[in-house]
Amino acid sequence: MTTTLSIDELQTARGRRARASAARWVFLSAAAVTVLVSLLIIWTIASEAWSFASEVARDQLFAIGWYPRRGLFDLSTLLVNSAQISAVAMIVAIPSGLGAAIYLAEYAQPRVRRVMKPTLELLASVPSVVLGVFAISFITPSLLSNFFDDINFFNKLAAGIAVGLLVIPLIASISEDALRAVPNSLREASSGLGARKVTTTIRVVLPAALSGLMAAAIVGFSRAIGETMVVTIASGGGDTSLFNTSLFESGGTITSAMASLGLGTDQVAGNDLAFQSLYFLGALLFLITLGLNLIGNAIVNRLREKY
Amino acid sequence: MAVVTTPGQVARTTAADLEKRAGADVAGAVFKWTLIGATTFATAFLGVLLLVMVVDGWSVLSGSLGHFLTHGFSQSADNTGVWQGILGSLQIALVTLVLAVPIGVATAIYLVEYSGGSRFARLVELNVRNLAGVPSIVYGLLGLAVFVQTLENFTQGRTVVAGGMTLAAMVLPIVVITSVEALKAVPQELREAAYGVGATKWEVVSKQVVPAGASTILTGTVLALARALGEAAPLILVGAATGFISFGDANWLETFTGPFTALPVLIFNFARQPGEEWAANAAAASVVILVVVLMVNGFAIYLRNRFEKKW
Repeated sequence: MTTTLSIDELQTARGRRARASAARWVFLSAAAVTVLVSLLIIWTIASEAWSFASEVARDQLFAIGWYPRRGLFDLSTLLVNSAQISAVAMIVAIPSGLGAAIYLAEYAQPRVRRVMKPTLELLASVPSVVLGVFAISFITPSLLSNFFDDINFFNKLAAGIAVGLLVIPLIASISEDALRAVPNSLREASSGLGARKVTTTIRVVLPAALSGLMAAAIVGFSRAIGETMVVTIASGGGDTSLFNTSLFESGGTITSAMASLGLGTDQVAGNDLAFQSLYFLGALLFLITLGLNLIGNAIVNRLREKY
Repeated sequence: MAVVTTPGQVARTTAADLEKRAGADVAGAVFKWTLIGATTFATAFLGVLLLVMVVDGWSVLSGSLGHFLTHGFSQSADNTGVWQGILGSLQIALVTLVLAVPIGVATAIYLVEYSGGSRFARLVELNVRNLAGVPSIVYGLLGLAVFVQTLENFTQGRTVVAGGMTLAAMVLPIVVITSVEALKAVPQELREAAYGVGATKWEVVSKQVVPAGASTILTGTVLALARALGEAAPLILVGAATGFISFGDANWLETFTGPFTALPVLIFNFARQPGEEWAANAAAASVVILVVVLMVNGFAIYLRNRFEKKW
């Protein structure tokens, strides 16, 4: 006796098939939402920033300082302050973060590593407002004012140090990944030639991981530029700032100027130029950090392919 | 000088020699201790931070902690409290998780299980990686323009809902990235075995792959939660109140669509006020948020270690 099976009998139940294909569409649309978020960010920032750029007079962008309510939008004030504070942050974060990474990747016993790594991760979770409070309640009054007599209560140096503390875990974590990606055969070959541990680390492992370490510094710098609350609390409290290059003086950055404008959005809402400058600064910040992150990611990806 | 002949003697002399030279390796020792110093600086700082905050906020923490935790903002420094901030932060975190976790995990499932490396999937991946690097305050602009202004009918303007949506957009990349890693770690055999007994793709994903990666996904979710709890900058742009607010007689549900504040925003507000008493309030509130955030993070790390799977 022969039985003939039709296609319908071989196919699975209609309900199961429908569920499977519906699930696919649900997941696909979720992925589309993440793209939508990017598009919305770019669209909102770009449109308002463009209307600012087209309405502002050229000489308003070059003035004695950043006074948005008075129509003075000197970008160099904010850019210089952002660069100074981020540079101080890097001077604090790179030696400490890199040192911790080398120690954890090359020297530490597994037991020490198991304690230190989670501690660094906890440190990464300290809210930035808390570091801002730390800057004005400890770094400036208890540390810096002992060394520098003429330091302002709100100053870029303390803000930079606090931002640096915030960036340490990030730099440590990316650097450690880069160091661990260096194949052990390099270390073994170096030791086999009679090199000491310190020689192996400095002359072999660090050069091999150099691009990854650079990526860590770049991503850390990008994070420092985008940091808002520390700077707003410790250096750029007011919504205005006069151009200056002293680390001992207060000064607003791109981000703190945005936060200050945001605090007053009730007053400046509408098609006011000050309100639109908020979006213009956002566009500037977005482009700077995007550029830095793209470079950093490209380096990390190349590294991944190499080993 | 004694002549060494047997292998055993050679080994002993070499070992002794190495030991002697290790003691003389000044550069090596200096380098190692510099590294230990850097690591100690990086980690001990957390203790210093906590200590400074506890000392500065001691007058509030020891004297009126109960009052501080259960009262709203007041213009007078010795009468103010963080209750509204705690409530706001919890509500925002709730909205954030409800939005970010389903979308983030679903995106990760699409990327790992469904995409097959299509061009769209690569676009999504690149996009998520770049979103992860966007500064938080830029998300505030998104919140202000889209969630507060364009979607005002839905969010009622400057409310917990708008703030939660903003932070959801901010933590979405974190959830996606950790979930992708969790799903990629699930071994292929599990999927193949399920297909082998006739399961559909949806059944493989929902009954095998996601449960297998659930603990890691949960860890990522908790980390995202900690991030959302500590963030102030985007909420300031979205319009979290920095001063006195009154809920009137709104019930818990109605406060989702009324004026709101959050714990980090309150700390920012305390820190801006001049005077010792406000500084003590800022420090005390910092201790509160540190305890909450460190506990949430510690929980995530515990989860990861507890459920770490060796396939």
